[in-house]
Amino acid sequence: MHTTDAVNGANYLTYQGKYKGLLGWIFSTDHKRIGLLYLYSIATMFATGVLLGLAMKFELLAPGKTIMDAQTYNATFTVHGVIMIFMVVVPGLPAVFGNLMLPIMIGAKDVAFPKLNLLSWWLYLTGVVLVLCALLFGSGSPDTGWTFYAPYSFKTGTNLLPAVFGAFVLGFSSILTGLNFLVTIHRLRCPGMKWSKLPLFVWTLYGTAWIQLLATPVVGITLVLVALERLFGVGVFDPALGGDPVLYQHLFWIYSHPAVYIMILPAMGAISEIIPTFSQKHIFGYKAIIASTLAIAFVGYLVWGHHMFTAGMSGTAQYYFSLLTFIVAIPSAIKVFNWISTMYKGSINIQTPFYWAVSFIFVFMVGGLSGLVLGSLATDIYVHDTAFVVAHFHYIVFGGTGFAFFAAMHYWFPKIFGRMYDKAWANIGWLVFTIGFLALYSPMFYLGMMGMPRRYYDYLEEFHGGNILSTIGSWVLVTGFVIIVVNLVRSARKGEPAEVNPWHSRTLEWTVPSPPPVLNFEKEPVIGEKDGPYNYE
Amino acid sequence: MSEDKHQHIVPYRLYVIVLVALLALTFASIGITSIELGEFTVAAALIFAVLKSILVLTYFMHLKYDKPYIKLMVAFVFAIFVVVIVITFLDYLYRV
Repeated sequence: MHTTDAVNGANYLTYQGKYKGLLGWIFSTDHKRIGLLYLYSIATMFATGVLLGLAMKFELLAPGKTIMDAQTYNATFTVHGVIMIFMVVVPGLPAVFGNLMLPIMIGAKDVAFPKLNLLSWWLYLTGVVLVLCALLFGSGSPDTGWTFYAPYSFKTGTNLLPAVFGAFVLGFSSILTGLNFLVTIHRLRCPGMKWSKLPLFVWTLYGTAWIQLLATPVVGITLVLVALERLFGVGVFDPALGGDPVLYQHLFWIYSHPAVYIMILPAMGAISEIIPTFSQKHIFGYKAIIASTLAIAFVGYLVWGHHMFTAGMSGTAQYYFSLLTFIVAIPSAIKVFNWISTMYKGSINIQTPFYWAVSFIFVFMVGGLSGLVLGSLATDIYVHDTAFVVAHFHYIVFGGTGFAFFAAMHYWFPKIFGRMYDKAWANIGWLVFTIGFLALYSPMFYLGMMGMPRRYYDYLEEFHGGNILSTIGSWVLVTGFVIIVVNLVRSARKGEPAEVNPWHSRTLEWTVPSPPPVLNFEKEPVIGEKDGPYNYE
Repeated sequence: MSEDKHQHIVPYRLYVIVLVALLALTFASIGITSIELGEFTVAAALIFAVLKSILVLTYFMHLKYDKPYIKLMVAFVFAIFVVVIVITFLDYLYRV
């Protein structure tokens, strides 16, 4: 507990608490420092995942073996998937920006359980180390794909158990973060901060926290069953022992589909903060956005079977899952209409976060609409397990979460580091990254429609052109990524000092100094009847 | 931190009664496996498990003394759980 006057004056980046140097960071219970710990860890894992993705695209530059054999390719896409899903996009926005901003946005000094918050980060780190052990030691890297599908997951001779156990531990980290945020939002709102005055980013973190809490234990239990199957042959999923491999898919997707919403909801929340700020206009349909957030969280929990249309599920279940998949598209579309309506007749101030936000809407729409092709029973049969699925998935998960992450990074950067980045380079980084993204994933829609299967290191000659374009796109994307990272890292140390509220936003985090003091607020804020997070008029 | 005005003291006797009830239900759930119940075997085991869960939630986790919205949240979680089970069985019951 910090109580001295020295604490009140110091900002969280420079404050020396009980420990100094690195220890002062890795044992800090300050939500902002933990947010930065997550940022650095996740950025490192993201860079690792990008390098693996780059290697895969290089392999696909030409038919036949280019730089790796089939087994190495299988291991590469597995590790790429495990890293990107469990270590990057699932914790991504909630763990980084939720930790950094949630308590300040609701007028609190910290989260409800600061020590538990630190434990979450340590568990995250433990999970990362375990997965890396699977990579570096034992009988070869896992080659099952990130889904660990049965029965192959207990038949493969590769070093699967540490990866499964790592994902299990990462799940615990996610559950604890969700629990912490739920209690924080319920209990620590400042006086006057009614539910109807919560910023939308907080609302989306609330919806996400419920999913983290309810869905993650299912995958934990499932992964334990895979380990038991592998070690003792208990026969839950093994058809040779009377088990059902489709049951594994049910259990896995009961978590992993809601996990998509863990990724995308906070992304939508960040976009819902950025668009009104840079339109200087009240968000259109505040209550409709909240309702759609909760609807996505709820309905998104019940659509997992659309990943299994070709797995041998009953026809009745297929109809049901297809119907609900179409229904979940409605609240997603409501949000898009609300964002666009917010911009309409607003005083648009075009800055880097706004570029990222509008490009998010574009890639999210392409990803969402292509999802309807996969949610429809007849067309799914045609394109399942093709490059089309990879394109759709990356448009939603990378395009959605990734673009929103960069939008949030450029939006809150001056608050987090107290310095402003070079805006010209930030815009160039966005442009190059976006061009690279479109060139990398758009050809995959075409390749998938033409029948190119996913998860093969080789392909027919007729798919060569599309793959060349896609691989060149990956180089452009990485160039954009490097520009963004170099600009941000340099600016965090040498950028111009940032103002308290450079974007003229109305939410609480922009009322505290940049970077924020250790205890966030000198005096507990009080929200008046006429105050609100989007009162620009 | 404000003082909790709704503090309550649960007598040890009640905890002991719940503990005995839990143990009795555990032995009953083991005992019932010696009876051939056919397709109701799993249902019987689940009924005992549900009864034990209700006791733990109500008394050990103090749900009985909590505010209605907390009870509603727990009820919501169980409702989701039931819905997920029902949906999963849409596959198993109608599989050809």
